[in-house]
Amino acid sequence: MNTGLSLIFMLAPALVVILVLFAGGLALGFSQSLGYMPIIGAYGFNLDAYLQLIKSPGFVPSLLLTIFISVLATLLAVVLAVATALTLRKRFVGKKIVSFLYQFPLTVPHLVVAVGVLLLVSQSGLMARAAFQVGLISDPAQFPILVFDDLGIGVILVYVWKEVPFIGLIALAVLQSMGNDYEEQARTLGANSWQTFRHVLLPLIIPGILPGSIIIFAYVFSSFEVPFLLGKSYPAMLSVLSYRLYTDVDLDARPQAMAMSILIAVFVLILVLFYRRLSQRILRRSG
Amino acid sequence: MIDLRRFPSWDRREVKGCPACFRVIHVAVIVAIVVGVLLPVIPLLVWSFSHSWFFPEILPMELSGRAWTYIGSPLSKVANALINSLIIGAVVTASAAVLGIPAGRALGLNRFRGKTLVEFLILAPIIVPGLAVIMGIHVLFIRLGLVDTLFGVVLVHLLPSLPYMIMVMSGVFANYNVEFEQQAYSLGAGRIRTFVHVTLPAILPGIVTGSLFVFLISWSQYILTVLIGGGRVITLPVLLFAFAAAGDNAVTTALCIVFLAPAILILLFTSRYLSGESGAMGGFGRL
Repeated sequence: MNTGLSLIFMLAPALVVILVLFAGGLALGFSQSLGYMPIIGAYGFNLDAYLQLIKSPGFVPSLLLTIFISVLATLLAVVLAVATALTLRKRFVGKKIVSFLYQFPLTVPHLVVAVGVLLLVSQSGLMARAAFQVGLISDPAQFPILVFDDLGIGVILVYVWKEVPFIGLIALAVLQSMGNDYEEQARTLGANSWQTFRHVLLPLIIPGILPGSIIIFAYVFSSFEVPFLLGKSYPAMLSVLSYRLYTDVDLDARPQAMAMSILIAVFVLILVLFYRRLSQRILRRSG
Repeated sequence: MIDLRRFPSWDRREVKGCPACFRVIHVAVIVAIVVGVLLPVIPLLVWSFSHSWFFPEILPMELSGRAWTYIGSPLSKVANALINSLIIGAVVTASAAVLGIPAGRALGLNRFRGKTLVEFLILAPIIVPGLAVIMGIHVLFIRLGLVDTLFGVVLVHLLPSLPYMIMVMSGVFANYNVEFEQQAYSLGAGRIRTFVHVTLPAILPGIVTGSLFVFLISWSQYILTVLIGGGRVITLPVLLFAFAAAGDNAVTTALCIVFLAPAILILLFTSRYLSGESGAMGGFGRL
């Protein structure tokens, strides 16, 4: 235990950096979204930018696409992470190499994954070539469109590939920290593998991976590089719209860019709160 | 903790199950991990050495070292970008450690009033989208003269990465026994000796894991660097993004591999800390 004063000394440096950059940045961004931009001589204080955004025809499709991509990517990542963690905690030949490969995506920048996925699943990519060689298709156009597509499949693939080990390693840490006791007890009492997993392991894993899955969801919802490289230009994810508005030569678009970013933040917070409540309710029920 | 009434109807036939089935699933998951991880990396390696490689050829028709020669030449600015990325990554990692280790200790070892608020503030930068914050910071940095500078870029890289360091460290300190330090003191060791010989060995896995995350976040950061660096601070992701958008596959993929290499090197040294029993990943489950 530490005294109050030493606590403040330990926490203050980190908190000051986060507060100044984060709260300061957010406050300035918010005031600009209201039309307060002294640099270009704008001293407005209104919701014009928000209203214009919401009324613009591209907004709703972009919002729906963003929600679809981030929910599906998070869900797939969590399911695959739990499945792989359950396998990886056992001993087997070559475990060291497999574990290393499993961690590998953590270190790979999203941009690199985006390029890799593009060269793999595009209509002239490696998969399409393989499909041609074995006679599944006779023309690149017959290969399903997986990048620059309506549903953002390529974007989802990138995020799933990247985030499975992130959640998976957290799940592994949870599994290792609780040992085998619970599981053995359930087995002794006659539960089969599925029952042990469903009623013993899963309720113990889920609270552990909940924060990690929230981090992923928020990240996918707002990140920009991957949908910019692999997404369709219309409808684009909200972050791409925001970036386009921000880099528009017309400075009048700036408040709208800020408003879009603030809206993304608001949506993320609402969805995260909703997700927390939902998962807590499910947990309580399956407890 | 576990409600045993959850196993109402034992089915003895199920208990015996099918051991062979489980072995098949186990092997299938391991094969899926290996194949899934390697698939998007293969086209990167092959493309970087290809001269011409048209559909539907499964292998390049002609190999060439052109992309690699170009990347090695001063004309491509890759060496410059690599040095910038390494400097920024190293400074961000060191700063995050200096700021984050004490903060993680304060959070991991103590209960105090307002702790939830502090935790929320620390987590906020990774839940609230960076885009909303960075556009505001951009305005602030213009006034402070920090745009287009390495220092400005280092500061904004701290925003998404510092929370990871604090989370990992608070998880490690939550399982840390302070009494060892007191014993060292009572045996006459000074503060520095106690830290080096008692504290440091115990928290090293956390420092390594946290540093890995911080470095990788900085290393792969694109949007923050571009907005604050204003195109003057060229890092590897900035360069890669430009090449990927231009569409020269051979040069883009060669650059991807350069971008990957240091991360793989780091992982070789840190791999055992990530999935070991150190609990370094456990911090993500606590917040």
